[in-house]
Amino acid sequence: MTIAVLLKQVPDTTAKITVSGGRVDEGAVSKWSMSPYDEYALEYALQLKEGGGGDLVAITCGPARASKILTDAAAVGADSLVHIVSDDSGMDSSNVQNLLASAIRKTGAEVVLCGKQAADTNSGSTGPGVASILGFTCVGMVSEVSMEGDGFVAMRTSPSGNEKVSVSKPCLFAFDKAATEMRRPNVRGIMMAKKKAVESLTPADLGVTMEGSRVSLESHSAPAEKPPGQKFEGAASVPTVVSKLRDEANVI
Amino acid sequence: MEVTIIAETTGNELHPVTAQLVGAACSIGGTPTVICPGGVGATEASSISGVGKVVSAEGECFGSFDSGAWASALSPLCEGVVMASSSAHSREVLAQVAAIRNIPIIQDATGLESGIRVTRPIYSGKAIETSVASGPCAISIRQNAFEASGSGGNADISTVNNTSDVGVAVREALAKASERLDVAEADIIISGGRGMGDPSNFSHLYEIADIVGAAVGASRAAVDTWDDIPHDMQVGQTGKTVNPSLYIAVGISGAIQHLAGMRSSKYIVAINKDPDAPIFSVADYGIVSTWEEALPALRDEFGKL
Ligand SMILES: Cc1cc2nc3c(=O)[nH]c(=O)nc-3n(C[C@H](O)[C@H](O)[C@H](O)COP(=O)(O)OP(=O)(O)OC[C@H]3O[C@@H](n4cnc5c(N)ncnc54)[C@H](O)[C@@H]3O)c2cc1C
Ligand SMILES: Nc1ncnc2c1ncn2[C@@H]1O[C@H](COP(=O)(O)O)[C@@H](O)[C@H]1O
Repeated sequence: MTIAVLLKQVPDTTAKITVSGGRVDEGAVSKWSMSPYDEYALEYALQLKEGGGGDLVAITCGPARASKILTDAAAVGADSLVHIVSDDSGMDSSNVQNLLASAIRKTGAEVVLCGKQAADTNSGSTGPGVASILGFTCVGMVSEVSMEGDGFVAMRTSPSGNEKVSVSKPCLFAFDKAATEMRRPNVRGIMMAKKKAVESLTPADLGVTMEGSRVSLESHSAPAEKPPGQKFEGAASVPTVVSKLRDEANVI
Repeated sequence: MEVTIIAETTGNELHPVTAQLVGAACSIGGTPTVICPGGVGATEASSISGVGKVVSAEGECFGSFDSGAWASALSPLCEGVVMASSSAHSREVLAQVAAIRNIPIIQDATGLESGIRVTRPIYSGKAIETSVASGPCAISIRQNAFEASGSGGNADISTVNNTSDVGVAVREALAKASERLDVAEADIIISGGRGMGDPSNFSHLYEIADIVGAAVGASRAAVDTWDDIPHDMQVGQTGKTVNPSLYIAVGISGAIQHLAGMRSSKYIVAINKDPDAPIFSVADYGIVSTWEEALPALRDEFGKL
């Protein structure tokens, strides 16, 4: 069984985002990391591989710098690495999804894991969209997955709590926060990963013709600054704050 | 402009964000058709003013949640611009409707103008994106970001029966750790962090929450350190994104990942003993105090309201 995991490189959650000339200044991003939910997806992909055997393919679509997260994935156990070299920032949702879906098809994977939403776009469209294109069953908001016979059992959040669900192949799991952290690589893993080849593919290699984006970015802007707040010393100020919440803010 | 809305439902009721979807659709010149998955809330939807017509989408697949099956059953009913709420469930359904219809999708809009110009927060609210869709597209909207349309409508309701194969079998439903209000739904939230010292001290937060009808949230440090604080209470980058009218952070330092989930709250109160805690930079009202001293006073003051 081939397992695919979709990993996206995003500005680290601690990185400052600056806007200049109506665009987010990517050059000013101090650190790039794997998107947080993708780490959970990767951890469970490794567990599936260890549990049932099979090959784990890590796939990313992004500019040259993005291959770093594939090497990071190899350091913890990903077997093969696929980099769709294409700047995804100017694409609309279906362009990205078509590229990823074609790459998955090429690997022959029957189960795909990804994050529920990326830390840059905050969308949550890619997993379900890719599943739809491939005709895979989609399970979102997953916090755990394991193999059972020929299929899978997953835990997902539902409005009334949690649900344990079973699905058969082919399927896709989009990960929410899980109970387990991603494992850290050891020195041997890091050394091995450095030697691992990254397969670089262009959209043309995948047979995908990039249609023009049907959504055009007009501008990025910085969020509206909040007026500076009022700060009070000591618990004796609580009545003042509560009366302000009632009379100034009108929220209680 | 043809606009189709996929109604948001909770159990057997229409969720209030549905009227906000109608308000948003009308603001871009649409007379929306509202589709009610599973037939839930059709009568109520027909009374929202501005609705063109209501389609009660009945079908076996709506008995449980399989986003792919829902999308297959709903997408033939969708025309033009397709809108839904940006709840986790609806994002998943809408993304698949968009893929089936081969239209682009923009999630979590907080602003909408005809044309169609869409505004949304990106990078967890560290930047705002404005983009223009040149044709039919799918748009999910953030709850409470748009004015709800009033009642007084009387749209026709038609019923269709469309089902699709279900691939996700629910084996077991595990109830929430508590019957308390969910942070994602609450208008007032009081959250505790590692500064609460011990999970048993969250009882002070629950007591206050009960007085004002608030939900209790937590920082990741609290959730990860203490087993008694369930994961579904976590607010932040890897927890829930909330936008209540009032957010009270107690013993929370205000790490950037926590701020990512709550900075869009209308009013923020912070209680922290460290005057330099970063949470004060986003607080409208900051109280420099230990919670041991501040919470009893807060309980008493709220009790007097
Ligand atoms: C990828 C990633 C994702 C993350 N996602 C999230 C997320 O979703 N949500 C989240 O919250 N964090 C998240 N974090 C963790 C985040 O970086 C912080 O570690 C966490 O928010 C800290 O929680 P805290 O404020 O409760 O604890 P601390 O930072 O330890 O702060 C405790 C605060 O309590 C105050 N205090 C102590 N005693 C008292 C007292 N008696 N009375 C009053 N105040 C007191 C202290 O002054 C201090 O400010 C994430 C981190 C990473 C790397
Ligand atoms: N360019 C990309 N390369 C690889 N995976 C991606 C890419 N974009 C999105 N994904 C995956 O899809 C998830 C959801 O992304 P999004 O729809 O942008 O919120 C991410 O957490 C990734 O797992």
